[in-house]
Amino acid sequence: MAEQPRTLVEKIWDSHFVASDPGAPAILAIDLHLVHEVTSPQAFTGLRARGLKVRKPGRTVATADHSIPTLDPSIPIADELARKQLAQIEENCREFGIPFHGKGSPTRGIVHVIGPELGLTQPGMTIVCGDSHTATHGAFGALAFGIGTSEIEMVLATQTLLQRKPKTFQVRIDGRLQPGVGAKDIILALIAQIGIGGGTGHVIEYTGDAIRALSMEERMTVCNMSIEGGARAGLIAPDETTFAYLKGRRFAPQGAEWDEAVARWRKLPSDESATYDRTIVIDGDKLEPMVTYGTNPGMGVSVTGRIPTLADVEPGARDDLERALAYMGLAPGSSIAGQKLDVVFIGSCTNGRIEDMRAAASVLRGRHVASGLRVLVVPGSQQVKKQAESEGLDEVFKAAGAEWRESGCSMCIAMNGDQLEPGEYGISTSNRNFQGRQGKGGRTFLASPLTAAASAVTGVVTDPRTLVAAQPSAVEAH
Amino acid sequence: MPEPFVKTTSRVISIPRANIDTDQICPARFLKITDKENLADALFFDWRFTPDGKRREPVSFIDEPHNAGRQILLVGDNFGAGSSREHAPWALRAWGIRAIVSTSFADIFKGNALKNALLPIVVSAERYATLLAVVAANPDGEWSVDLDAQKVTLPDGDSFAFEIDPFSRTMILAGTDEIGYVLSRLPAIEAWEGAHPARIDTREGAAR
Repeated sequence: MAEQPRTLVEKIWDSHFVASDPGAPAILAIDLHLVHEVTSPQAFTGLRARGLKVRKPGRTVATADHSIPTLDPSIPIADELARKQLAQIEENCREFGIPFHGKGSPTRGIVHVIGPELGLTQPGMTIVCGDSHTATHGAFGALAFGIGTSEIEMVLATQTLLQRKPKTFQVRIDGRLQPGVGAKDIILALIAQIGIGGGTGHVIEYTGDAIRALSMEERMTVCNMSIEGGARAGLIAPDETTFAYLKGRRFAPQGAEWDEAVARWRKLPSDESATYDRTIVIDGDKLEPMVTYGTNPGMGVSVTGRIPTLADVEPGARDDLERALAYMGLAPGSSIAGQKLDVVFIGSCTNGRIEDMRAAASVLRGRHVASGLRVLVVPGSQQVKKQAESEGLDEVFKAAGAEWRESGCSMCIAMNGDQLEPGEYGISTSNRNFQGRQGKGGRTFLASPLTAAASAVTGVVTDPRTLVAAQPSAVEAH
Repeated sequence: MPEPFVKTTSRVISIPRANIDTDQICPARFLKITDKENLADALFFDWRFTPDGKRREPVSFIDEPHNAGRQILLVGDNFGAGSSREHAPWALRAWGIRAIVSTSFADIFKGNALKNALLPIVVSAERYATLLAVVAANPDGEWSVDLDAQKVTLPDGDSFAFEIDPFSRTMILAGTDEIGYVLSRLPAIEAWEGAHPARIDTREGAAR
């Protein structure tokens, strides 16, 4: 009898299923556990209280990204709590034998940037981290999702998690993206369509020609924001693009093991006749640069569009919209383009990789940021920083009047001193525009690196295609 | 070990808003702690205080004296959207909340809540509308949430059943620890690992 056709998620699930008792969730084996300073301290405290060790330190890796300053690392950390938290991750890693890519390490960076760049993130793996943007690693065809601190302790103690099998949701992006439209626009458009709870209970598999045409870094941007659509994980089947990215990376298989791994990875994509619990199709040809206007990532419109009025939305959503626009201080029905800005943030686990730096630099090269605007460019890792500097991108940013920083989460989560001031407007390549997310009282427009960089030049929310038209070579099409 | 939890009877705090995210429940700047202390003060902080630290006027529901000690929240759809921070359920528990009634919860929040014996109780949109009316008509009426019976009883004696993950229910009722449970299954884990050798070792050439 032929095997039951299975999706990518089901194949990974089946190959990591350890056991389940009647009525109990499955025990799922975890291949890679990424740890950072913010969500882990209480888990290590729990381990100590139980007298347990980290069961598989060789499947665990740690860094410091959330609360670490992005200023010159020789400046002492002013925030006492952050300093204590950063000292604690270092101490916890030393005590429990976990490799730590910490302050001063050339491989430190945002946890979701360093996993892939080190080659630790590989197809078919189960990957977890105490961070909701862990879905980033799904770009490699891994089942990767965020967990809470109790689950961090569980994984440290057992290298497994108790999980119920998720439902599957196929998001197919057909066609070909237009110049000036990128991965960030795909995911913002999807979330605007399904809403921030639209993927709850599901794992998204992104398929379709527009997805296949994306680079690995662009795929990471798409998968990264799966959680903003409510899906704990989002993934993309591995293909030649995936293998080419991984080959030769520090922790990627070498020699004969590489060939064997690729052969194994080629069996991962969903079987042709596999079925999903749900499917939607989006026409990639019609997508435009997207910008959010509200206080959750689902409140987004095309950069050529207008901020909705109460009449434009379902009665049940009016309350939310009214509150969001009051917080944002935006007039219903006005154009999103042209809204004034105080700050531009380019970085984060969503858009802090080298291609994002290149995209932003392509717009800023030979231009200057608008007067009075504060522009922060924060690479996602020290390796991204080094690469950008070797390409002279740092000089492009500095010449344009932007700040070039050390790597970290920075203004995405505003825990490290990089933040919006109350009432300020920022356009940001990060993932969340929740009230206060980028600083108390701060107001966020989410957008792509191209859109953020174009807006940096003008000082208002700007369609990047208007600047690209003036400088046709600036932005490569997909 | 967690304390067993079976039942609570309490007045209700109603926040009829959808998509209350984790940055509202516990803003990120309170995540620099390395323990679980003082999180009750962080709960809904930016709804309670202006950016310059003044208590908002009118005071937030959480600071209204008559809401002190209430253990049940009635909230709109998709509660707990956003981050994986367990500080959100920790803050709710620290303040005294034991059960949250909504039409839906974000996945990670829901899992985190169950691990802290904070009950996420899912109701239909119709039921939610009815419950809002119940609270409006009788804001100080006492509700009873019974995990053992999987039943919520309203002030007038009406009641409804709710679904909850059966494994989590057993764990919470007994105050049993999930890590202890999984460690009891260690032989199965070791057998799996024997058949699936590790393909990476993060310690190789570690950057130290």
